[in-house]
Amino acid sequence: MLGNEAVARGLYEGGVAVVSSYPGTPSTEITEYVSKYDEVYSEWAPNEKVAMEVAFGSAFAGKRSFCGMKHVGLNVAADPLFTISYTGVNAGMVIAVADDPGMHSSQNEQDSRHYARAAKVPMLEPADSSECLEFAKLAFELSERFDTPVLLRLCTRIAHSQSVVETGERVEPEMRTYKKDQVKYVMMPGYARIRHPIVEERMRALTEFAETTDLNRVEMGGRSIGFITSGTSYQYVREAFGDSVSILKLGMVYPLPVKKIRDFAASVERVVVLEELDPFIEEHCRAIGVNVSGKDIFPIVGEFSQNLVREKMGLPVPQGRALEEAIPPRPPVMCAGCPHRGLFYALVRNKATVLGDIGCYALGANAPLFAMDYTICMGASISGLHGFNKARGEEGEKRAVAVIGDSTFMHSGVTGLIDIAYNGSNSTVIIADNSTTGMTGHQPNPTTGENIKGDPAGKVDLEALCRAVGIRRVRVVDPYNLKECEEVIKEELAASEPSVIISRRPCALLKTVRHNPPLRVNEEKCRGCRSCMKIGCPAISFRDKKAKIDNTLCVGCGVCTQMCAFDAFESESGEGAN
Amino acid sequence: MTQNIMIVGVGGQGSLLASKLLGRLMMNAGLDVKVSEVHGMSQRGGSVVTYVRAGEKVYSPIIDVGEADYIVSFEILEAARNLKYLAPNGRIVTNTQQVAPMPVITGEAQCPENLAEKIAAAGAEIDAFDALSLAEQAGSSKAVNIVLMGRLSRYLGIGEAEWLKALEETVPPKFLEINKKAFMLGRNAT
Repeated sequence: MLGNEAVARGLYEGGVAVVSSYPGTPSTEITEYVSKYDEVYSEWAPNEKVAMEVAFGSAFAGKRSFCGMKHVGLNVAADPLFTISYTGVNAGMVIAVADDPGMHSSQNEQDSRHYARAAKVPMLEPADSSECLEFAKLAFELSERFDTPVLLRLCTRIAHSQSVVETGERVEPEMRTYKKDQVKYVMMPGYARIRHPIVEERMRALTEFAETTDLNRVEMGGRSIGFITSGTSYQYVREAFGDSVSILKLGMVYPLPVKKIRDFAASVERVVVLEELDPFIEEHCRAIGVNVSGKDIFPIVGEFSQNLVREKMGLPVPQGRALEEAIPPRPPVMCAGCPHRGLFYALVRNKATVLGDIGCYALGANAPLFAMDYTICMGASISGLHGFNKARGEEGEKRAVAVIGDSTFMHSGVTGLIDIAYNGSNSTVIIADNSTTGMTGHQPNPTTGENIKGDPAGKVDLEALCRAVGIRRVRVVDPYNLKECEEVIKEELAASEPSVIISRRPCALLKTVRHNPPLRVNEEKCRGCRSCMKIGCPAISFRDKKAKIDNTLCVGCGVCTQMCAFDAFESESGEGAN
Repeated sequence: MTQNIMIVGVGGQGSLLASKLLGRLMMNAGLDVKVSEVHGMSQRGGSVVTYVRAGEKVYSPIIDVGEADYIVSFEILEAARNLKYLAPNGRIVTNTQQVAPMPVITGEAQCPENLAEKIAAAGAEIDAFDALSLAEQAGSSKAVNIVLMGRLSRYLGIGEAEWLKALEETVPPKFLEINKKAFMLGRNAT
C-alpha cells in the first residue's frame, strides 16, 4: 500500500468523520483515498487554512477529523494551528504534513518539524506504510488523551513508497459531547492567558510520554556506533549497516525524550544523528548535553540514500558504470495540447514581464519560452504584481502581468485581486483557467462545478467574482487562438484601469476533453524554417530539415498551424488544419 | 537477497502500472516489497524513475548507484541516463524507441546515436528490442509497459502462471486481453 493510502486507511480505522484538505504533492493521495470511504465526509477546501479550520470545527463539535497538506501548505494553515494548540480539541484531530526533501515537486525544502516546536504540538513520523497506518490511528488517541492537535509528518519517500501493511477494522467513536466553554475556546487575551500554562503543562506530559512510548524504540546491535534517526533515514541506516549498529528510532519527533536519549548515548561508543534537512534532533541532543555527530558529516540539503550513509560513514560504496557521452537532460514540459502553451507564447510576443504562480504553468519558465520572471508561493503572482506596479508605476503597468491558475486563484489569488481593485494599480491579471487542479493530478476545485466525489457542486463564476471585487475589465480568451490572445493581452496592458483576462480551455489531460485527430506535416510545404519549434511542443521534432509530428502525442490542438506561414500542418483528411 | 528492479522512462508512459504489477507479483511470492515512485512535476514529460525492491526484509525504498539487478527502460536515452544504477552483474531490458527531450527538440542538445551498442561496450548486459511494435501488434501503443514486463519475465525465474495471475489482479478487466497479449508477445517474441 502507498504510504499515503496507508495514512488514509489508518484515519479510516481510527474513526475519522470529517476530512478537509487542499491538494499538494506529496500529500494529495491521502485525501483522495479517504474520499473513497463512504463513512467519512471528505472535501477539497479552497486552501489549507480553510481545511484546517474545517477540521478543527469538526473536532470542536465532537467528531474526529483530519486535514492534509504539503509542507508549504502548513505555512498557510499556521495561523489556526498556533491557536488550536491553545484551545485543544474535543474529539481527536490529526494534521498530516508532507515534506519534500530534494524538492521533487516543491519550491523550497522547509523542514516542518519546526512547526511542531513553534506551535507546541506533538509530531509523529512514520518510516514505512505499515507505520503510516498505525501512527495515523494512534494519533487520534494521543490527540484526545493530551487534548491537542497531532501532526503526522511524512516525506516524499514515505508518502510515495508502497510497502506491505496489515489492515484492521474501523472503530466508530461516539460523537463527543459539545459543551459551550468560553475559557477553553474563546481565545481573547484574558482566556488565552489561562490556556498558555496548560499548553506548557501538556508539553511536560508529552515529554514524559516520549520517554516511555514504544514509538521511540531502541534496537541494540553493535555498540561502536549508535544512530539516532527517524522516518526514511532509519531505513537507510538499516540498509547500509544491517544490524551491526544500534539505533534509537524516533517515531515521535516532537517533543523529544531526554532520559531515553541520554541512556542510549551512554550505551554506545559514538552517537550519530541521521536526519534529512535541518539539525532538529541534533540540536536537541546538544542542548541536553549529549555529544553527537550530525550535520558535520551529513548534508543539510537534499535527500539521503543508503550510498550516502555508506560513503559518509566510511563503508564501501557500490560503483556504477557510465557512458562517456553526455545524455541530454529531460526536464518536464507542458504536455502536447496544453492550453498554457498558447497563452505563454502570446506573452512572449508581448515581451511581457510575467509574475508567475504555483501550478503546471510554472513550466512556462522553461525553454524555449522562458516566459516567467518569478514564482514564489500560492497567490504571490497577483499581490506581487500590485507591488511591482506601485514601485515602477506606468512603465510596469504597461508590460507586467500576473499568471495564476484557477485553483491557485481560489486558494489565495482573489485576496491579491481585491488589493489591486481596492488600492488601485492598473494591473493586468491573467487567470489560466483549465477547469482543474492540474499539477497535483486533477482534483476538482471551487471553479470546477463538482466535488471530491465527482458529484455536482457549487461553481464559482470567475467573471462575476472579478467584477464583484471591483474589476470592470474582465475578458475571456481561448489560449488555442494565438492572435486573439496576443491582441487582448496588448489591449489590457495598455488599458488605464485594472483588468482580468481569463484564459479558458480545459486541461488536455482531462478524460472529459475530446481531442482532434493528430496532425501531420506536409513535407512538400514545410520549408524547415523552425517557426513551429518556438512553442516548445513535445509532439513536434525536427529531422532531415523538416518538422515531424509524433502522432502518439499530438492531440490536434492546432496551435502549431498558427505558427506556420506555409500551411504545412494538415489534418488526417489532408485538409489544412485550423 | 533483495532483488532490485528499476523502471525508467518518460512521464506518462505507464511506469506506475508496471511497478504495481511487479509489486503484486513479488507479494504473491511471499516476499517483503517496497515500491517507490515520484509524482508531481516530473510526470509532465520529464524523466521518471520507479524503484521496486523485493526480498525477505526490505529497508530502503530506493535503489542507489550500482545496486539495480535490472533496469527496465521504456526509452533508450533513459536506459543510458540511468546506467550508473546498474549492479555489476545487472541487466538492462529496454525498448529501442527514442523520445527526444525538449533540449533536443529545440536544437540545444544532440541525441547520441547507437546507445544500445555503447551500453554493451561499457560492459553491461543489455536486451534492447522494439517494444512499441509489439505493443501495437497487441492492440495498443500504450501497452509498451506490459510488453517490457513480458520481456523481463524471461529473466526473473518466476513462472508464466504467476505473472498472468498478478496481471489479472492489477489490470482493469476491460484492458486485460490486450495486456495479456502484450505480455506474451514481450515474453516470447524473438
